[in-house]
Amino acid sequence: MEHYYQPEIECASREEILKLQNERLVKQVKHVYDNVPYYRNKMEEAGVSPEDIRSVEDLHKLPFITKDDLRDAYPYGLLAVPLKDCVRIQSTSGTTGRRVVAFYTQHDIDLWDDCCARAIMAAGGTNEDVVHVSYGYGLFTGGPGLNGGSHKVGSLTLPMSSGNTDRQIQFMCDLGSTILCCTPSYAAYLGETINEKGLKDKIRLKAGIFGAEAWTEEMRRDIEKSLGIKAYDIYGLTEISGPGVSFECSEQTGMHINEDHFIAEIINPKTGEVLPEGEKGELVFTSITKQAFPLLRYRTRDICVLTRKKCSCGRTHVKMTKPMGRSDDMLIIKGVNVFPSQIETVLLNKGYAANYQIIVDRINNSDTLEVQVEMTSEMFSDSVSEVSRKEKVLVDALKSMLGIYAKVKLVAPKSITRSEGKAVRIIDKRNLYQ
Amino acid sequence: MTVQQISVFLENRPGGLAEFTKVLSENNIDMRAMCIAETPDFGILRIIVDDVYNTMCTMKEAGYICSVTKVLAVEIPDKPGSLLRTLTVLGESNINLEYSYAFTTRKKDVAYMILRVNDNERATEVLTEHGIKLVDQDGISRL
Repeated sequence: MEHYYQPEIECASREEILKLQNERLVKQVKHVYDNVPYYRNKMEEAGVSPEDIRSVEDLHKLPFITKDDLRDAYPYGLLAVPLKDCVRIQSTSGTTGRRVVAFYTQHDIDLWDDCCARAIMAAGGTNEDVVHVSYGYGLFTGGPGLNGGSHKVGSLTLPMSSGNTDRQIQFMCDLGSTILCCTPSYAAYLGETINEKGLKDKIRLKAGIFGAEAWTEEMRRDIEKSLGIKAYDIYGLTEISGPGVSFECSEQTGMHINEDHFIAEIINPKTGEVLPEGEKGELVFTSITKQAFPLLRYRTRDICVLTRKKCSCGRTHVKMTKPMGRSDDMLIIKGVNVFPSQIETVLLNKGYAANYQIIVDRINNSDTLEVQVEMTSEMFSDSVSEVSRKEKVLVDALKSMLGIYAKVKLVAPKSITRSEGKAVRIIDKRNLYQ
Repeated sequence: MTVQQISVFLENRPGGLAEFTKVLSENNIDMRAMCIAETPDFGILRIIVDDVYNTMCTMKEAGYICSVTKVLAVEIPDKPGSLLRTLTVLGESNINLEYSYAFTTRKKDVAYMILRVNDNERATEVLTEHGIKLVDQDGISRL
């Protein structure tokens, strides 16, 4: 049986959804124009006034917001309410080391929690479930989002956070967790460990909600088999709210976007032109209900396809495919956003040449990151311990910039392939995008 | 009294050392001694040659990262206990040995040890005091 958190909205007719979107969009544009000088300037430059936006049809007239805008306006430039009205900050890594911070009023937290509650119920969750949240808690939106959603559903919430696998499994066994929320790679790792320990009979999991990184259908099958569950995808980004911007239903053929809160468009990433339904392009979101940090036409850089085909689950909200790639060079490694430019900044700061190569792989279902750096005369020493010491300084600096461990490999000068003078920087062996 | 050792960065991969020695061979460079310090990812190749300047130029031209380090070359009589004597002198003088390697030449009855220590001057002083023979760069070329 299909469960819904807010059936009247999730299964509303297209006309009802559109009516809601039209009203909310008009109101939101005015709110942003009146309260965010940064975006007002952008609108004025584009020659658009709030009166020009009378329905979703007019959305394309509005200028885009990009990650560069978030960086330029850091930290308060896109805030649309007084700080005293905000109750929470969440954060994610930005392009050149500067982080993206997003603000939330209590209303914004509520709507985010609602979105996550919809995802949990779509995965079969009810108030009788034990929701085991192994996403990180803190600035990362994964933990707080699913935690809030689980509260809304009325499930018993286990705020495990990430790490300490033995304890995760023990709690799972002792407290009878039924729904697991974490990154797909961690789910795969948990599955393996549980099977190695021969504890599969002791766990009561029935479903998992996995997101924050790309995963393949093959990985889904592996996880479903090793944990004996149904595995659901969830999508989101801090800039728009967090996990739950869209989520999978029982059909498992794409993620329903919560259209009463976020309007989705697909654009040509080169021209910015809006593409018709069914075409592949960059996903753009307009947040129509958020108060504190309402981004209009935010370019996600995720490439995907939207479809409004009738879904067997009964939900009427548009579905997006899993992201099929990026229109920028961002990598998601262990659920963390990594930009090659961040790595380059560290290398240059530490006196290395900008000749480097990033090798990303997934070994035993866990992402690995290796940075290959060409040895230089300045770096070189006759002493192994001296070279190792310099290597360690670089590893530490990368960890502090990226938030995750990167193995450093020193390679011979000019050994990194240069194609037409420009180095091939990223080798992603994971083949995540099918 | 020191000799100049050339240290070369070598990536740890099949054929890496062969490529390097090919460059030496093509440029008619004769090695007196060689040793490799290895880590999982890279190695530091240490060599003693006759003509340091010429070898360094050749290496740089071939794109290798290299540096010159001053080390000691000690002549050791080819009989039991000789190395012990040298090391005892260094140890008693509180001189630390970072690494060492040995080589022989056509000269019978003696072997040579390359010693990398933390204080070349003092090591030269105490070894000479104890009658232990050191070879300098010119000496290496004459071997």
